[in-house]
Amino acid sequence: MDAVGISPLDVVGWLVQFWIVLGIVALVLQRTPQLINNVVFPLSALTSLLLAAAGLWALAAPPGIMVLPLGLPDLPFHLRLDPLSGFFLILLGGASLGVSLFSAGYFRTMAGGTLGLLCLEYHLFLVGMTLVLLADDAYMFMVAWETMALSSYFLVTTDHAIPDIRKAGYLYLLIAHVGAIAILLSFGVMQGGHGIGAYTFDAMRGAQLSTFWSSAAFLLALFGFGAKAGVLPLHVWLPEAHPAAPSPVSALMSGVMLKTAIYGILRVTFDLLGTQLWWWGVLVLALGLLTAVFGVMFAAVQGDMKRLLAYSSIENIGLLLVGIGLTIIFHVYGKNTLAALSLTATLYHSLNHAMFKSLLFVGTGAILHATGERNMGRLGGLIHRMPWAAMLVLVGVLAIAGLPPLNGFVSEWLLLQAFLLSPGLPNSYINMLVPVAAAVIALAAALAAYVMVKFYGVIFLGQPREKVLEHAHDAGIWERSGMVWLALTCVALGLAPVFVVQQIDLVSRMLIGSGLGNAAANWVFLAPVDTERASYSPLYFLLAVLAVMLLTTVLVRRLYHGRVRRSPPWDCGFPAQTARMQDTAEGFGQPIRRIFEPFFRIEREVPSPFDTHPRYHGQSDDRLWYILYLPVKQLTERLSALTSLLQHGRIHLYLTYTFATLIVLLVFV
Amino acid sequence: MTENANLLFAIVFQLAQLLLVVLAAPLLTGWVNQCQAWLQNRSGAGVLQPYRVLRKLFHKDAVMAHNASPLFRVTPYIVFGCMWLAAAIIPIIAVDLPFSLAADVIALVGVFAVARVFLALAAMDIGTAFGSLGARREMLVSFLAEPALLMVFFTASMISHSTQLPRIVETLAHHQFMLYPSLAFAGLAFLIVLLAENARIPVDNPSTHLELTMIHEAMILEYSARHLALIEWASSLKLFAYISIGIALFLPHGIAEVDNWAGLPLAVVALLVKLMLAGAALAVFEIVSAKLRIFRAPEFLGTAFLLAVLGLLIHFLLGA
Repeated sequence: MDAVGISPLDVVGWLVQFWIVLGIVALVLQRTPQLINNVVFPLSALTSLLLAAAGLWALAAPPGIMVLPLGLPDLPFHLRLDPLSGFFLILLGGASLGVSLFSAGYFRTMAGGTLGLLCLEYHLFLVGMTLVLLADDAYMFMVAWETMALSSYFLVTTDHAIPDIRKAGYLYLLIAHVGAIAILLSFGVMQGGHGIGAYTFDAMRGAQLSTFWSSAAFLLALFGFGAKAGVLPLHVWLPEAHPAAPSPVSALMSGVMLKTAIYGILRVTFDLLGTQLWWWGVLVLALGLLTAVFGVMFAAVQGDMKRLLAYSSIENIGLLLVGIGLTIIFHVYGKNTLAALSLTATLYHSLNHAMFKSLLFVGTGAILHATGERNMGRLGGLIHRMPWAAMLVLVGVLAIAGLPPLNGFVSEWLLLQAFLLSPGLPNSYINMLVPVAAAVIALAAALAAYVMVKFYGVIFLGQPREKVLEHAHDAGIWERSGMVWLALTCVALGLAPVFVVQQIDLVSRMLIGSGLGNAAANWVFLAPVDTERASYSPLYFLLAVLAVMLLTTVLVRRLYHGRVRRSPPWDCGFPAQTARMQDTAEGFGQPIRRIFEPFFRIEREVPSPFDTHPRYHGQSDDRLWYILYLPVKQLTERLSALTSLLQHGRIHLYLTYTFATLIVLLVFV
Repeated sequence: MTENANLLFAIVFQLAQLLLVVLAAPLLTGWVNQCQAWLQNRSGAGVLQPYRVLRKLFHKDAVMAHNASPLFRVTPYIVFGCMWLAAAIIPIIAVDLPFSLAADVIALVGVFAVARVFLALAAMDIGTAFGSLGARREMLVSFLAEPALLMVFFTASMISHSTQLPRIVETLAHHQFMLYPSLAFAGLAFLIVLLAENARIPVDNPSTHLELTMIHEAMILEYSARHLALIEWASSLKLFAYISIGIALFLPHGIAEVDNWAGLPLAVVALLVKLMLAGAALAVFEIVSAKLRIFRAPEFLGTAFLLAVLGLLIHFLLGA
């Protein structure tokens, strides 16, 4: 506390240094990989826990400021820890705690040299993300942002011997940098040409920008952070990079790194830019709706489990954007409670998504380890071989499908409440948009349940589709403990929403100047406005369902016999059942592909009836790749071909160019 | 003092409704089946037939596939518990239901979703062709039906400024026969959702078996004895819950209001009449319609979704 002169920011500073030390130690310990696994990663997990605790502390503490004598002359690094940063630190710490524990088990088969390097990159990645959240000037922010991007690029390309992975990493790096340029330009606009001192966030907060320039700054920031978050149409890197990266890295990228982009949007929109315009909100809302539906639609037709999760992340980013868009609209029109409600829903969902998506990604890691297979069409029946992983992943699946009483439902509930309370906006067009948006959100949520039934059912249930699956082993103790932590947070966030909302209130107060107040009437009932309008109590809900279930079980057991006979499956009396007759991922997604056919670019090879070795091949691609990205690529190639006309590799030609340029310049001067 | 007494009374009433719905739900199913039999010029098995079926199933030995997982075994209990709870929190006799504070309409939709997801997962557990077919189709039907149901609830919530069922019912019951145009659309949408979610014609056929067209029956094909009994009972409860929702939203008149315990007998009679009429209407509707091809079902449900959104838009436009 202040009495001993320690602030949360100091603690976070030490933890960041400790992470760097851990990374370097891992590099030194290359010869003894078991030490890296059994000591470095668990220590890193402990650091994450402390970081989350420091973040929680920072929510209630006054903002801490620190100036580091590093960086450029006249532009030292500024750090600041306020409630918004604190909240995202909790998210970062909570998710990375589970992921680091999992990593301790996951990387045990990796060779020492690679592991040491990976561990260093892993910790630099964590440090980069932490510093992004702490940065208080544009320069520091960009350095941290690039550290994050580069270290994650190297993590994605861990298996760089495989050409596809190199390609995925390149795409990721490319889009990350296009985004970074936009963010840099946005900072440039906000700085407003007021000299080098104006690059601190404090100066930007005070800058008076005209409507035009603040809109420009907002749009640039939206583009830049959107590229990192995977907002339509800048999403193409996600389904490539996530499957390429090792599973714990995918977990961190999807669970935490995407949230740094959400942090960036919130920071720029509500903190750095003093005033907002209503159409920003409409734009963000529309983008969010498109992204959400697009993501979940594509998730439904994926056959690769990590690609499926990547598309599901796109969907969730869409939901977060919807929340941000609503917040902007409500804030502009002075509806403070509603703005606080939708901001709470957004932040809550960020936290939830960090937890369950990390859980699902590390779950795919456990499956990959056990089977070496990412294609869902070759998995199946793993619930028998991997009961622990199956049970823990089930928690994540139910949470992400938005089912009560888990955490996904709470944030969805809050978001829908924000929609329900919205009428009465002065702009009637926006009023009309609200119900349509609510309908789209409901549709996306229902489709998410479809996707998750497919994900879980095809991987864990049914009969094993391949012989090798019979030797699959369950997750080890480290892997298991990481997953247990993440699953427990999903349950806790679902059961104690009142506590979480109270903490988030501190962030809302800082960002938009109002919170939900004493909305939570008491500690079991979540009631955002008042109990007359809406309330929800997950604890009572769970107790009631459990009580009813137990009662049923006891009654059935007591009154009737519990005899069970085992036999082959019935299946309408059809005897020749094989594992290949179950739905594959392809088959389960077929109705969605058929209903939304115009949105996919479908390539299909159907064998003729006379084929001796029939082979079916189907692929549903993203149309945007062909409409948007390939033309840009072709244009770039054509332009570079034009440039190459100038390049001949002959010295005298280059000297001629120089001479010509000189003449031209002299003519002008 | 009276406050406390009323709360106690409300809790007792909540428990009574819990007991009532679980006992009465098979009767409603029996009534619908009997009406259908009459309409088809059959004598029918009587309204008590569902109870006899349940009794028979509970006495049999459970037969389970060799590779059934624990998920397969707990699912009937989860589904039954969820449906029971859902049916118990809808105000149909009196609006004093203390538990409805813990779960509003969005949570009610969530309860249905929990049951559905578990049933679909259990269907995929054995790994038979029919099981995964049923699961896939069930999720296909629900991904359009669930948002439509949510939109129907939203329309009612917008009118009553609350997502709590007792408040919604109270508001709607108070306005004497005032016609909400938005609710008319919502009612139409709700009818389609009711048919689809309860596996009725034209989306599914509850009496079909060994057919490539089945949805719900394909999912529960591997269940037997007490597990099947619980699932069948849960289906009855679900039908009861959906018809209750219909009554609560579109015909709430006659319900006993807050602390009006004297109005209970009248409310019970009103409910009985409403349930009988609704069951008979369902039977008539099923008799006169033909089953749709599975890929026409999304269009049918898409209509429901659009109607529900239209209802909500109309509420925004007209403010009614």
